[in-house]
Amino acid sequence: MNELKKSILVSIWFMFLTFPIMVIRVNSIEKTVVWRWENLALIGIGSFVLSFVWRWALRRKEVSDAVADSGSKETGKFSRMLDNPALRLPLQIGFLALFMAIPWVVTTYQTNILISFLLYVVLGLGLNVIVGVAGLLFLGHAAFYAIGAYSYALLNQYFGLGFWISLPIGGILAALAGVALAFPVLRLRGDYLAIVTLGFGEIVRLLLENWSNLTGGPSGISNIPRPGLMDAKLSVADANIYIYYIVLALAIITIIAVSRLKDSRIGRALQALREDEVACEAMGIDRVGVKLMAFGLGTAWAGFAGVVFAAKTTFINPASFTFFESAIILSIVVLGGMGSNLGVILGSAFLVLLPEYMRAFSEYRMILFATAMVLMMVFRPQGLIPEKRRVYTVVDPELNTAKGGQI
Amino acid sequence: MEPVLDVTAVSMNFGGLRALNDVELKVSSGEIVALIGPNGAGKTTFFNCITSIYTPTEGEVWFTPRKGVRTRVNGMKPNLVTALGMARTFQNIRLFKNMSVLENVMIARHCRTKAGILGALLRSPAVCREEKEIVDRSYELLKYMGLHKFYDEQACNLPYGAQRRLEIARALATEPTLLLLDEPAAGMNPQETESLKQLVLRIRDEMDMAILLIEHDMSMVMSLSERIYVMEYGCLIAHGTPAEVSSDPRVIKAYLGEDAHA
Repeated sequence: MNELKKSILVSIWFMFLTFPIMVIRVNSIEKTVVWRWENLALIGIGSFVLSFVWRWALRRKEVSDAVADSGSKETGKFSRMLDNPALRLPLQIGFLALFMAIPWVVTTYQTNILISFLLYVVLGLGLNVIVGVAGLLFLGHAAFYAIGAYSYALLNQYFGLGFWISLPIGGILAALAGVALAFPVLRLRGDYLAIVTLGFGEIVRLLLENWSNLTGGPSGISNIPRPGLMDAKLSVADANIYIYYIVLALAIITIIAVSRLKDSRIGRALQALREDEVACEAMGIDRVGVKLMAFGLGTAWAGFAGVVFAAKTTFINPASFTFFESAIILSIVVLGGMGSNLGVILGSAFLVLLPEYMRAFSEYRMILFATAMVLMMVFRPQGLIPEKRRVYTVVDPELNTAKGGQI
Repeated sequence: MEPVLDVTAVSMNFGGLRALNDVELKVSSGEIVALIGPNGAGKTTFFNCITSIYTPTEGEVWFTPRKGVRTRVNGMKPNLVTALGMARTFQNIRLFKNMSVLENVMIARHCRTKAGILGALLRSPAVCREEKEIVDRSYELLKYMGLHKFYDEQACNLPYGAQRRLEIARALATEPTLLLLDEPAAGMNPQETESLKQLVLRIRDEMDMAILLIEHDMSMVMSLSERIYVMEYGCLIAHGTPAEVSSDPRVIKAYLGEDAHA
């Protein structure tokens, strides 16, 4: 009953707030006032229902949190299925086969969408190393994406270097830029780090925009060659499929590399850095070295993705690498689940594929985007698929008897 | 025989505040030394100075690892000091809270292992062997500390006493020559304190380690340590065996106040 009263109060408050803009319409030419009372009723009912649903959902979340706190680890069907080792390999092979087959059945347009999906997977996984594993809030990822793309475009324009040589160079340049950025921000954490990296992203974009002699300024660089397949001339559609496979391979390599890194000595050091910097140093981890490594390892993937992006679109300009791009990549990581690879893949599916296939709602995209983010933060702050702690197997016959004892 | 730790006239200024004033301290190998003093005397600052978290304003800290030469450690990076053989625990527990108990110890093996980025990506047999060794050695240490039944728990879910022991296990994993314990018995009940005492003695005897500890629990300090240093307002006011220190009038004054006739 109390809830009902609160919801009614909310709806009255909203009706009052929106009264001037939604109800009164003054026609200043004919000097008439139209009172649209039906809008008032709609807002009242709408806000009442929304607030009621909101309260109900919050209550349900509190209950489920309490259950989780009391110790019973309840995992959903989906994550239990993923945990099952017998199912993992067939699932992986199934997905691989599906992704291998897709470009032959769908149109070039669809393939293009999938290419950008996979590019965002690579970008997201790279950022995940920095944000999710090492816990450094980083808002300038698009800058390194741009560095990769421009290094291919410029190397090709000035020195005639091909795609396959530029791919590693782009990645290395982006990693070096990442390490260079890491030096001045070594002491910064949290919000301050976010602001500096955001600034760096803008600096790179402005540099590309204004250094017209070298980069062509806002009009960008066009006629970037697509990667060639052993000197064969490919049609546009075929070249697209070829690029699709390159990105697919890149994405798979990224997934393997990032998950291996996370499970290694270096990955543990990164996680320790996220948890406690002082304890990290006291345990013999070189804070500076590990931080530089985190930046380099994260931004290198953005460089690779940038080179492929330039080859795919054959035209790049600074407008492709705005802050909005960085924000999207960060949203992919946060939405998917910080530190979780599967989460990042799912996150980019949500944020890249859904907007493409829901073009009908494109006018409301930003509103939906924001709503989704707010809902996410309230109801599932750990992301769609939260990071799972690795379980180490130890061989110890005495362990079970010890576990049976009192804690 | 050279002392493991030799601190000569170390002072530490924070702006105009002199937190440490000409502190001299020696720890020989295999010795248990305690550092006591009222709250705010500068004991933890002293720990931070010798582990290089702070760089002392004046004075020098010399450290002789088990197999190595006498090295000046003031001004060195803290991680290198740890790699050299000095490991510490913290007064306010600083575990890696969201990681498992085993991982906490595994991280401390960082400075004794060397797999790099390339090793992590390629997973060569040598790297896999090293990784297995890290897990085995860490688990062994957990067992030594009686924490093995928790190995897969998240560190922040451990009971308080177990968290304290995990900090010690983590410090031991770096294979130190000198173990620095900052109030290891804080917040423990008498039984836990007693078992901690046995544990410290066992670590010293079985692992051949010198131990320097800060502690407020007088019964533990008196029965455990061979020598005691007493600090007040950043200065050393007394040092000697437990019997000498406990009868020193300055120490009694520092602990009980000016007018007490104890």
